[in-house]
Amino acid sequence: MTTAATVVEHTGRGPLTTEELAARIARDIPAGSYVNLGIGQPTRIAEHLSADSGIVLHTENGMLGMGPAATGDEIDPDLTNAGKVPVTELPGAAYFHHADSFAMMRGGHLDVCVLGAFQVSHHGDLANWHTGDPDAVPAVGGAMDLAVGARQVLVMMKLFTRDGTPKLVPACTYPLTGAACVHRVYTDHGVFATGPDGLRILETYGVTAAELGERLSVELRI
Amino acid sequence: MTTTIAETADEAVAGIEDGSTVLVGGFGLAGMPFDLIDALIRQGAGDLTVVSNNAGNGDVGLAALLAAGRVRKVICSFPRQSDSYVFDELYRAGRVGLEVVPQGTLAERMRAAGAGIGAFYSPVGAGTPLADGKETREIDGRVHVLEHPIKGDVALISAHRADTVGNLVYRRTARNFGPVMATAAGTVVAQVAGIVPAGEIDPETVITPGIYVDRLVRAEARRLTVQGAR
Repeated sequence: MTTAATVVEHTGRGPLTTEELAARIARDIPAGSYVNLGIGQPTRIAEHLSADSGIVLHTENGMLGMGPAATGDEIDPDLTNAGKVPVTELPGAAYFHHADSFAMMRGGHLDVCVLGAFQVSHHGDLANWHTGDPDAVPAVGGAMDLAVGARQVLVMMKLFTRDGTPKLVPACTYPLTGAACVHRVYTDHGVFATGPDGLRILETYGVTAAELGERLSVELRI
Repeated sequence: MTTTIAETADEAVAGIEDGSTVLVGGFGLAGMPFDLIDALIRQGAGDLTVVSNNAGNGDVGLAALLAAGRVRKVICSFPRQSDSYVFDELYRAGRVGLEVVPQGTLAERMRAAGAGIGAFYSPVGAGTPLADGKETREIDGRVHVLEHPIKGDVALISAHRADTVGNLVYRRTARNFGPVMATAAGTVVAQVAGIVPAGEIDPETVITPGIYVDRLVRAEARRLTVQGAR
């Protein structure tokens, strides 16, 4: 169904470091996009966006035009990102209240969001808010709103857990954040497209597509 | 009713009854109405349902209200944080209830309450455990979940500046839930860093018109450190 040999294998090297992965994702974010970078690792993508890209960062606690983290005298308790880390404002920034902030998400005005994940299914289901552990305090924040609202949902994650279990799975076993909402999955070992037809591998790092297919025990449409 | 200006935070929160639903502004510590919460603790109302984005940070604000044992249930989007130990302990001990709501749905449910909307369909949460037991409907090929308004008996919010008729302006991301909560409660109490005569706030810049604000009290902004808060 899909064309063959479009996968790019980077085999003369190891897997991507977190910084390299952040830079890799940054390259795929179109100039001029309105972008929300999720709490945690995705925030590091901001450091790899070029200043002349015209990309505007949205933070769900009510701001467009968010600048880098604040340091020293710049720190203002009234100006934080969604992770509650003090940040700065860039020229052209705008503030708005929470209902507006999420209306612009659900309303399809946000071009891209990048989220972390516990699991992503081949069809783009996302699980990133709750492990289902009965002792865990469930907390969803804005993850479900972003997963449903942003026009392109990108995931940034390690491909395997510490014990080697794949996080890209035929069906999520953790509670879902959103169904069929993820478009691309960027991992240390490869970049994948998800969709109704299943998983497609686009790039590999430090491994061949065939080797990845075995480790993931999935049929990769290459 | 026109806005009244209270002399003290204690006067501003007078009359809040046991069992009330209290909307509490703030996102983490930004926009948290600390003085009003401290006054509510002194006032003594208990068995409260608190609606707020988080469930307290450190030992101050909402965390102090929780620690005082006044809260029966928290409706919020993100209780679990690096410094939410007060809530975490109460929750694990079964001493406080929790309803987790997606952040935008939380805001929109309050907006609906303030705007006279009976309920609304949203695609957020469809197919997830947070839609369990809720009515769904397919609209334009997409599953939507029916969400009902959240109305408060009282809202406690923090703004930057007010004028004497209750018009409010906020500061940076401390605005967050304030403008929405101000529309969604029977009695709205705002603490502000300064109150100026009517006419001194440019009408074009008013964010919350005074019609929504019942009581004002001046309170020095607290320069709390936010380092490490998540």
